Amino acid sequence: MKTSAFARIGQAGIASLLVLTAFAGCKREQRRFRETAPSGIPVDAVVMSPLQPGPSVIDVRISNPYDDNAYAVSEGKQLFDQMNCSGCHSHGGGGIGPPLTDDEWIYGSEPQNIFATIVEGRPNGMPAFKGRIPPYQVWKLVAYVRALGGLQGKAIRTTRDDHMMYKESEQARDKGHPSPTFTPPASVKQ
Amino acid sequence: MAHANAIPAFDDPDDRPGMLTANEEDETWATLTRTWDEGSGLWAWLRSTNHKSISRRYIVTAIVFFMLGGIEAGMMRVQLSRPENSYIGPDLYNQIFTMHGSTMMFLFAVPVMEAVGLYFVPLMIGTRNVAFPRLNALGYWMYLFGGVLLYVSFFYNTGPDAGWFAYVPLAGPAYSPGKRLDIWAQMITFTEIAALIGAVEIVTTVFKQRAPGMSLNRIPLFVWAMLVSSFMIIFALPAIVVSSSMLAMDRLIDTHFFNPAEGGDALLWQHLFWFFGHPEVYIIFIPALGMISSIIETFTRRRIFGYPAMVLSLISTAFLGFGLWVHHMFATPLPQLGQSFFTAASAAIAIPTGVQIFCWIATIWSGRPRFTTSFLFVIGFFLLFTIGGLSGVMIASIPFDLQAHDTFFVVAHLHYVLLGGAVFPLFAAFYYWFPKLTGRMLSERAGRWNFWLFFIGMNVTFFPMHLLGLHGMPRRIYTYLPEMGWGNLNMISTIGAVIIIASVCVFLGNVWISLRRGVPAGDNPWDASTLEWATSSPPPSFNHLFIPVVEGRDPLWDARDGELAVVTGLRTDRHEGLLTSVMDAEPEHRYEFKGPTILPLILAVFGGGCIVLAIFTPWGVTLGAIAAFIILTCWFWPTISPDYDTPRTR
Amino acid sequence: MTVPLQSALDPGGPKAAAILHLGWFLLITAIVAYVLVTVALLYALRRATHRPAAFDDSDFDEPNRERGRVRWVAAAVAATGLLLLLFIFVDVTTARSLGSPAVGEPLRIDVVGHQWWWEVKYPDSANPQNIVETANEIHVPVGRTVSIKMTSSDVIHSFWAPNLDGKKDLIPGHETRTWFRADSAGVYRGQCAEFCGHEHAKMAFFIVAEPPTQFEHWLESQRSGAATPTDSLAQQGERVFLSGSCAMCHAISGTSAGSNFGPDLTHLASRRTIAAGTLPNDASNLAGWIIDPQIIKPGVKMPPHHLDPGSLQALLAYLATLK
Repeated sequence: MKTSAFARIGQAGIASLLVLTAFAGCKREQRRFRETAPSGIPVDAVVMSPLQPGPSVIDVRISNPYDDNAYAVSEGKQLFDQMNCSGCHSHGGGGIGPPLTDDEWIYGSEPQNIFATIVEGRPNGMPAFKGRIPPYQVWKLVAYVRALGGLQGKAIRTTRDDHMMYKESEQARDKGHPSPTFTPPASVKQ
Repeated sequence: MAHANAIPAFDDPDDRPGMLTANEEDETWATLTRTWDEGSGLWAWLRSTNHKSISRRYIVTAIVFFMLGGIEAGMMRVQLSRPENSYIGPDLYNQIFTMHGSTMMFLFAVPVMEAVGLYFVPLMIGTRNVAFPRLNALGYWMYLFGGVLLYVSFFYNTGPDAGWFAYVPLAGPAYSPGKRLDIWAQMITFTEIAALIGAVEIVTTVFKQRAPGMSLNRIPLFVWAMLVSSFMIIFALPAIVVSSSMLAMDRLIDTHFFNPAEGGDALLWQHLFWFFGHPEVYIIFIPALGMISSIIETFTRRRIFGYPAMVLSLISTAFLGFGLWVHHMFATPLPQLGQSFFTAASAAIAIPTGVQIFCWIATIWSGRPRFTTSFLFVIGFFLLFTIGGLSGVMIASIPFDLQAHDTFFVVAHLHYVLLGGAVFPLFAAFYYWFPKLTGRMLSERAGRWNFWLFFIGMNVTFFPMHLLGLHGMPRRIYTYLPEMGWGNLNMISTIGAVIIIASVCVFLGNVWISLRRGVPAGDNPWDASTLEWATSSPPPSFNHLFIPVVEGRDPLWDARDGELAVVTGLRTDRHEGLLTSVMDAEPEHRYEFKGPTILPLILAVFGGGCIVLAIFTPWGVTLGAIAAFIILTCWFWPTISPDYDTPRTR
Repeated sequence: MTVPLQSALDPGGPKAAAILHLGWFLLITAIVAYVLVTVALLYALRRATHRPAAFDDSDFDEPNRERGRVRWVAAAVAATGLLLLLFIFVDVTTARSLGSPAVGEPLRIDVVGHQWWWEVKYPDSANPQNIVETANEIHVPVGRTVSIKMTSSDVIHSFWAPNLDGKKDLIPGHETRTWFRADSAGVYRGQCAEFCGHEHAKMAFFIVAEPPTQFEHWLESQRSGAATPTDSLAQQGERVFLSGSCAMCHAISGTSAGSNFGPDLTHLASRRTIAAGTLPNDASNLAGWIIDPQIIKPGVKMPPHHLDPGSLQALLAYLATLK
């Protein structure tokens, strides 16, 4: 079959591009089913206060291993229903508990703040889920709660559910701007 | 080749009847070569609107996708060769079988059939290019970009993983997070546009550009097959246009087409998809039937038996093919009575196919077969496709299908009909038409190795799957337990897959070596009867020196004793062709084909870019519409009518 | 050749038997048709190869011989048509016999498909409190028609026990009904037959067909809640269950664990397998499953648990009391 030299170059170029991109991953699409290394599930370093005795070495700001992961946000959404968060937070709209879709974050909007809120419980009705939900599932919930607040990328957030539509989907809402009053204080030197 | 009794294009007293001198022929050849020359280099390659150049690209790209799909199949077979194998995990396996199905169906089977059609139909009907040359180029670029989109996303771990059929709700927003299925839906957009473009080209070209005298009852059966298949594309593709758009909308902008809680239905997807999906396999199969007819005619050296019956079978297969789709949904809770209708239709379609097979056997019976590699592949088609067709009639029965559906029995059936019914004819066509495409013969010895390895490999791989399915092995499973008892048959299947890979390697080696050192082929090495063999191998850019005139179905055999009549009087300094009437191919108008232009590539790049943007935001659609509007305005910008008396300088 | 664990070729009930008979008819017809076509083709090739070499149009354009060939082809087409009519007749007859179950009050069962397990309920229309909820294992009395009502809670699944019947899809938003009957006692394996996600491959179930008295005994025992354990280790295990993450997803009636996102575990110890037919139900498999289900079924909804050995032993002891 007669292929011009340029056609062959073109196809070789595409092939090499594909090979190169094979080494890239896409964090959004990873499906991580289990976390093997303990460092994969940041837990112990989550603290309530930025103050530390002695030298300040603990990194106060902890990133969620599941930030930017669409699968985790979707799993978090399923967990949100299964663990009955909607019982008080009503699919993010609030009711007995405060709404999660607005910009007011009473205890902070950073991942470690939300993690602590879920695990430790809070006054006036937030149960403590410590020991009840494994840490890596809590981090998935954290990812979803941040998506509810518009704090994840648009492509990461979930879209419509296969249920009745209670509200616009997480992907449809605008980006969230957590109220500056509640930003945790600037982290101390790591 | 001498040309006798040149028939003037119009009643022009300046034209002289009689023989054309050799001098005239050479002059015409030189002028046409100059007029139709597209230049060389990368820029010329990107701007090409010559149907043969574009078809060659289609075929090469489709073969690359065929190999990629084959690698995916090989990986699946390795994973399934043993129970509880840990070669590939579930997530990657799901992506791989989705990619295998999508590649083979959307990126290989339909494009390669269309490409062979786009190459040979203009040659067979005696015209110089397809009806809309720029649109043809656009079709290729859209196809290429769609395939690249799919594979780049696969390498980025964003390959679709819900099956090539993407059933909702699994493929919907709740159960397939991320952008994997959005990319799949937009890949469909690219490939559906390419397929529709090819179909429109073929229909228009066949209806309006046939050589004078080639009335509809004289066109080759391959042209009939491409025409029928193209009509099927035009009617079937809109269903998947609609359903993939609905899926994209559900996933991107919160529509509820497939959400039962808000008035949608998961079954809606299945109906729409299979309304496309069943005709799709006939879209792939019918061109293969046309190829078989051409090849049998040539290698038995007799005209095909029962031409009218063959044409009517093609047409009725196409019609019936639209009435079968629910046989993919027999396990769903649709009413029994309605489902039975589709059993009857699925059985009925065996009749036109049977007519074709019996007519071919009658042709062979009364002909004089020559056992070239091409003909061997045709025999392989008979032996393998019949198995697939009969297992298909078995699963047309609802009770039996309820056991066999979604098991490896169906995998066996579909591979027998697709490999046996489409790939074997395709290989036969490659061996048949390679000399015409390249000017060289493929090695017959390597061809025999190719054939036997493929035939044996195919049976070893897929025949055990009939039994595996009835022994309870479902489809789309990444592994199975040791106590299931499926290990031995799976291992046999995997060995067969290795044999198939060997066969494809032999084929590629054959092509590679023959391109460089193959025996040079003349115009008509097989002594065939249709018009593509009336010109040089490979054909010049203008196809035929003069537009031929035909008086029967097998022009070159009819012209054996005399010479082929031709049309003179068309301009050779412009890209001019002849338009004829639909039924009887009486000359009607002159027509100027558009020359090379970069616009199709530009439209594909910008339009395609906006389609990719639409994966992430609905603004992609808006931007795409604006971009397409601007580019199409340039495309359709009226050119000043050429002054017929002034020769063009270029 | 040993017959595999689940096979359409080994019927245990009337529906699968009828389908197998139909299958044999179809197969034999298909083989006959294939042999005829292949013999015709090969004979045509052989016969035609031995013709004189000279190309002569008159050979095959002669009207009489063409007419003869037309008759043969027409006869073949007519034979195909008749064969297909016969096929339709046999098919419709078989389908009708499969549509209506035999007389007698059927046993009603509800099945809900989940990713990747089967929720099974035995409702009692007379006394709704008597509902039995179990997972992945369906007990039925031999010789009695079982009527199943199915739906899905998430994606499309397909209920398929080849030894007993063809498959039926479970589609969210739709309610599917089917019936079957097991005519001989035994354990019949089934598997999900519609691609449903990561662990579609490991979503099996078992139909245990037993004599009617044994079945009634089983049903009665399934109705009771879990008894409070008497053994101290088991009591400790109950505390581990209720205070950890298990109770967040699993229900054990008779305790305060009432969530229905995972399978009901009230009578876990009475089941033959765990993880939807993936592993035999014994202590070591259960331990492995609890510690890290993601190794056995990657992608499943159940998370790994980090339990110290003492707690794990206690939990296993408690689960073993859930008969």
